[in-house]
Amino acid sequence: MSFLTYLINGISLGSVYALIALGYTMVYGIAKMLNFAHGDVIMVGAFATYTVCSTMGLSPVLGVLVAVVLCTTLGMVIEKIAYKPLRKASSPLAVLITAIGVSYFLQNVALLVFGSNMKSFTSVVPLNSVKLFGGQITISGETIVTIISCIIIMAVLMLFINKTKAGQAMLAVSEDKGAAQLMGINANATITLTFAIGSALAAVAGVLLCSAYPSLTPYTGSMPGIKAFVAAVFGGIGSIPGAFIGGILLGVIENLSKAYISSQLSDAIVFAVLIVVLLVKPTGLLGKNIQEKV
Amino acid sequence: MRQRKLTKTFKSNLITYGMVIAAYVIIQILINTGNISNLLKGLMVPLCTYAILAVSLNLTVGILGELSLGHAGFMCLGAFASAFFSSCMKETSIPPALRFFLAILIGAVVAGIFGVLIGIPVLRLRGDYLAIVTLAFGEIIKNLVNALYVGLDEDGFHFSMKNSMDLNMSDQGRVIINGAQGITGTPKDATFTIGIVLLLITLFIVLNLIYSRDGRAIMSIRDNTIAAESVGINITKYKIMAFSISAALAGVAGVLYAHNLSALTATSKNFGYNMSILFLVFVVLGGIGNIRGSIIAAVVLTLLPELLRGLNDYRMLIYSIVLIAMMLFNWAPKCIEWREKLVSKVKSRRKETKEV
Repeated sequence: MSFLTYLINGISLGSVYALIALGYTMVYGIAKMLNFAHGDVIMVGAFATYTVCSTMGLSPVLGVLVAVVLCTTLGMVIEKIAYKPLRKASSPLAVLITAIGVSYFLQNVALLVFGSNMKSFTSVVPLNSVKLFGGQITISGETIVTIISCIIIMAVLMLFINKTKAGQAMLAVSEDKGAAQLMGINANATITLTFAIGSALAAVAGVLLCSAYPSLTPYTGSMPGIKAFVAAVFGGIGSIPGAFIGGILLGVIENLSKAYISSQLSDAIVFAVLIVVLLVKPTGLLGKNIQEKV
Repeated sequence: MRQRKLTKTFKSNLITYGMVIAAYVIIQILINTGNISNLLKGLMVPLCTYAILAVSLNLTVGILGELSLGHAGFMCLGAFASAFFSSCMKETSIPPALRFFLAILIGAVVAGIFGVLIGIPVLRLRGDYLAIVTLAFGEIIKNLVNALYVGLDEDGFHFSMKNSMDLNMSDQGRVIINGAQGITGTPKDATFTIGIVLLLITLFIVLNLIYSRDGRAIMSIRDNTIAAESVGINITKYKIMAFSISAALAGVAGVLYAHNLSALTATSKNFGYNMSILFLVFVVLGGIGNIRGSIIAAVVLTLLPELLRGLNDYRMLIYSIVLIAMMLFNWAPKCIEWREKLVSKVKSRRKETKEV
C-alpha cells in the first residue's frame, strides 16, 4: 500500500516536471536553444503568487492569474531583449551563455527584492486530502490538483497545436524555419508565442511546485529546472508527448528511489537512468532520429 | 610560406606564455612591496585553478567541438583523489614537495581514467544530448562522493556508503572521507607559484596538442566529422584522446583547489552543474577555441565579483547584466556589423588625415 502512495506522489512530482519540461521542449523545438533561464521563470511565478496571496492577502485565484500574466510577459521580454539579437549568431553557444546570464539576473533580482531567507509558501489549493482504502492511503489535495491540471493543460496544448493555425505554424517553424517563412508564416511572432506559452506553463508549475513543497527561495527554480530539462531530453527533446512521459517517469523514479534505495542518492539514480536511456536510444524515448547527411 | 605560418603560431604561443609570466612577475612585485590586499592575495590560487579549468574545457568545447557540462565533476574527482592521498600520507615521513607532486599526478590520472571511461559510451552522442549526459555524470560524481565514507586503521582501508559508524574500524582508525563532511585536514600545499607553473604546463600541453598532427585530426573532426572519417581519421580514438586530456587537466585544477582549502566538501556550490556552466561561460566569453581568451575571461570573471564588492548586494546583479551585455556585444550579428562599420570609419578617417 505504501508503494501506491509513493507512486502517486511520484506522479504528482512528475506532473510538475512535465509542465516545466513542456516549456523547455517547445522552446528547443522551435528556437533550437536550451533556455537555462526557464527554471528561474518558475521561481518568479511562485514569488508573484506569494506576494499576492501571502503578503497582500488576496485570493489565490488572483495570485495564480498574476503569476501567469507576469511570467508570460517576462518570457516575451527576455526573448525580445536577450535571445532575438543572437538568433543568427555564428555559434549556438552564444545564446546558451546569454540564457545563463538571464538566469543569474532573475535570481539576483529576486534576491534583492525578497532576500535570501526562505519564505514559506501557503498552498493555493483549497482541497482537503482524500483517504482511500479505509485510510491506508492518503492523497493530499495538492497532489490531486497537480495531476489533474497537468492532464488538462496537456490536452489543451495538444488541441492548440494540432487544431489551430498558430499551433500549426509552431509545428511548421520547428520542422523547417526557412520553408515556413516562405509559406508566409511569421517566424519571429511564432517564436515569441512559444516563449509566452512556455513561460505561462512555468508559472503554473511554479505555483503547483511550491504548493506541494512550500519552501521558496530565489534558487527554488534552479534544480527543478535542471530536472525538467533532463525529463525533456529523456522523452526526446522537441517532442511534446515525450516531455509529458519523460516528466512523469522522472518523478516516479525519483520518488521510488528516495523511498526504497537512498534519499541521498536519488538524484544520482535519476541521472543514471537518463544516461542508460540515452545510450540505448540516443535521441530519447520519443525523439526523432535524424540521420546526418553529407 | 610554411616557414612564416609556423613562426606566426609560435609568436602567438609566446605571447600567451609571456602574458602569464608577466602577470606572475607583476603580482609577485606587488605582493613583495605590500601593495595588494589580503583578499586579492587569497584569490591568486583560485585564479590559477579557474584559468586551468577554462583552458582544459576549451580543449573539449573549442578544439574538439563537443559541449561538455560535466567539467566540475572531473575537477571533483581530481580534488578528492588527491586530497585522499595527501591526508593518508600526511603522517608519513615523505617530503611535502614529493607528496604534492604525487598528489598532482594522482589527481590527473584518476580524472583522466574517468574521462576515458565516461568518454567511450558518451561521445557517441552529439550536441545537446552530450551536454546533458555530461551534466548528469558530473552530478552523479558529486552525489556519490557525498555518500562515500572511507576510513583507515592498521588493517587497511574500510569503505562504506552508509555512515562513518558502518566502517567497523578499530580505535586507532581515523575517518578520511566522511560523507557529506568531506575531507578535513588536507595540507595546504598549493601556492601561487605552483599554480602558475601548473597553468604554464597546462598551456604547454594544450598548445602543443593543438599544433600537432593529433591536434589537426581533432580539429578536422570538429569541422566535419564525416569528411574526417572518410580520409581515415579514427574518430573515436581522437575524441577520447581530447576528452580524457581535458578531464585530466581539470583533475589537476581540482588538486590545486583541494590543497588550497583545509576542508574539502562536495557541494553544488563548488562541484555542481552551476560551476560547469560557469567554466563554459569562461570559454565562450573568451572566444571558443581561443586559449589565451579563456585565461583572460577566467581571470576577469573571477575578479569581477570581487572588484564589485563595494556595491554589496548589487554586485551579482551587475555581474549578470555585464555578462548579458558582453555576450550581445560580442556575438550578435548586428553588433558585429556595427563594430566593423565603426572600425572602417575610423580607419578611413585616418587615411584621409594622412593624405592631407
